[in-house]
Amino acid sequence: MRNIQLRDALREAMTEEMERDPRVFLMGEEVAEYNGAYKVSEGMLAKFGPRRIIDTPISETGFAGLGVGAAMYGLRPIIEFMSWSFCLVAADQILNNAPKMLYMSGGQFKVPIVFRGNNGAGGQLGSTHSWCVESMFSCVPGLKMAIPSTPRDAKGLLKTSIRSDDPVFFLESERMLGWGARGDRDFETPYPDTFTPYLSGGKWAPPTIEEDADFTIPFGVADIKKAGTDCTIVALGRPVHFALAAAHELSKEGIDCEVIDPRTVRPLDIETIVRSVKKTNYLVIVDQSWPFASIASEIAMQVYERAMDHLDNKIIRVCNDDVPAPYARNLELEMLPHPRKIIEAVRAVTYNA
Amino acid sequence: MISGKPATRPSDALDAAALLELLRQMMLIRRFEERTMQSYQATKIGGFCHIYIGQEATAVGSIAALRKDDPIITAYRDHGHALARGMEPKYCMAEMYGKLAGCAKGKGGSMHIFDKDNAMYGGHAIVAGQCPMGVGLAFSHAYLGEDKVTVCYLGDGALNQGAFHESMNLAAIWRLPIIFVVENNSYSMGTHISRGTAAADDLSVKAAAYGMRYAECDGMDVLDTYDTFRTLVDAMRGSSSRALGAPADTGSGPAFVNAKTYRFKGHSMSDPQKYRTKEEVAGRQERDPISTLVSHLVERNLATQEQIDAIDKQAKELSHDAEKFAEEAPALPLSELYTDVYAEPFGPYKVGELPEMLRKTQK
Repeated sequence: MRNIQLRDALREAMTEEMERDPRVFLMGEEVAEYNGAYKVSEGMLAKFGPRRIIDTPISETGFAGLGVGAAMYGLRPIIEFMSWSFCLVAADQILNNAPKMLYMSGGQFKVPIVFRGNNGAGGQLGSTHSWCVESMFSCVPGLKMAIPSTPRDAKGLLKTSIRSDDPVFFLESERMLGWGARGDRDFETPYPDTFTPYLSGGKWAPPTIEEDADFTIPFGVADIKKAGTDCTIVALGRPVHFALAAAHELSKEGIDCEVIDPRTVRPLDIETIVRSVKKTNYLVIVDQSWPFASIASEIAMQVYERAMDHLDNKIIRVCNDDVPAPYARNLELEMLPHPRKIIEAVRAVTYNA
Repeated sequence: MISGKPATRPSDALDAAALLELLRQMMLIRRFEERTMQSYQATKIGGFCHIYIGQEATAVGSIAALRKDDPIITAYRDHGHALARGMEPKYCMAEMYGKLAGCAKGKGGSMHIFDKDNAMYGGHAIVAGQCPMGVGLAFSHAYLGEDKVTVCYLGDGALNQGAFHESMNLAAIWRLPIIFVVENNSYSMGTHISRGTAAADDLSVKAAAYGMRYAECDGMDVLDTYDTFRTLVDAMRGSSSRALGAPADTGSGPAFVNAKTYRFKGHSMSDPQKYRTKEEVAGRQERDPISTLVSHLVERNLATQEQIDAIDKQAKELSHDAEKFAEEAPALPLSELYTDVYAEPFGPYKVGELPEMLRKTQK
């Protein structure tokens, strides 16, 4: 297994795609001379030069909209938001112009653009900097959305995103960028030994381009991160690891959970989730955004529509608490999804099994 | 014009045929918009509809200074730009009628007119939202090493939006080949520019704030507008920074034009116009851009009244035919609801066919 960090996987994906297609460029705050605020684009300026790795002023509306115009013209921009929290000032460009242009122009103008950056709580940043935008944005038709949970998924999905002819919202996690420095064993949970059995065997590190020149991961194909028979847990992004930790603890009680990572929410692989529910008859959904009108709510509804008769209990959602993200460390940790909440949810939903 | 009118103007080089073409375009826009108003009042056209009558010289004069492949992008008062760019009137009218034969297959409407063949990048309805995208078009010229110039139109209301200022800043720091042109008709809906815009009596300070060249033109005079843009475009083409990352002092950089114009009709079709007097409008209508060019042509014996009448007759006929085409065009099939959402569709979505307007040229 390669000791590849998630940030390295993102960089590999962008670098390989930029070498493959001269229309691809990277633009954002501190991506070039600073070498990336989070070192995702480290070394890319030296490799590609200032024409293709472009520092912007702090001007999200300006450079997000610039990307949309360039994409309409035929280029393939990667627009980095230092944080998705900062994209809110660019809402008109990313929500009106990027996803609706093809439709409003009657099919004349595609917008092949990737917006990417950190999503979710970074760690005591307060509510303005802790946005989880997936529930708020995934309701907009015309965009695609990917939320990777491993370096392998990050590389494969980002390569697919850059090749997509549609706008892609690519949601990374600041808290995960350094994961993988010691292989797959350095996670910040109370259960440090839980991951090796589930993410070994090729699930953690992506192949190098020498190992697999054609490596990509298609959208709309969920990954079963851990197979199981007793309860289905659906999770995306960082909470996938909390779900795996919970599953590991629950296995000691004899509850064998299946952890499904949809990896993309537009398109959403609901079939894999439904197939799992028909097998386990129980479902817990973990979602790091607020519960009201959330991805968790949507998945629950779609499962009720397709497999209500197969459920032996109600579905439980484990979301952020329905409050602004607090600064205080203990409150923030309690607000976010975490393994204990997931364990309690699985116990509660399977008590009648 | 840029400070101090030169003795010879670029428009002096336009022959009678070129001048008559400018007249033809303005008359077509005028007659087309009159038809549009009738159709709107007959409830054939829905939604918001913004009429270009009065401002014809601004779009026609500026676009005449461009190459066919120079991109333009504008706001929601966009029918005039589309026609000046060469869109067949019937496709514009059918779009407003919400028909499949419309330029955007009836999915955009009056405020979202697109024409890929004629490098018209829309029709954008959130004020100043087109400005960052315009910068993206100009960025593409620099990225690809092209010698094109993008023109980005905006209304005076857009001067007060953040998107406009961010766009001016980005274009200036990268010295991109773009002309921002404010079609300054003094009113953002019902708010006079003096009530909404700081330094409204001297918009040159907006350009100066970004170290950008500034020009004013008489947006009611197609020749003055042409002269202003011809001069700017010629200076900009091929001389702007063609390599991103080049020193900041290379190239002539972007420009900002204040085109002083006036709309003779309301902000939209539903505007009672309580914010301005009938006398004000009547006074401004005495300087009609079409009459001004007609006088110019007749005084210099460049055209006969018969020629002018024939052009007007043709404009009326084209507008009539456009309305007839739109009226008779079949309605959108409900199956079009789920096409053109994704270029790579999944689930319920389907690939759409290109609009009839483009089928001859685009893949």
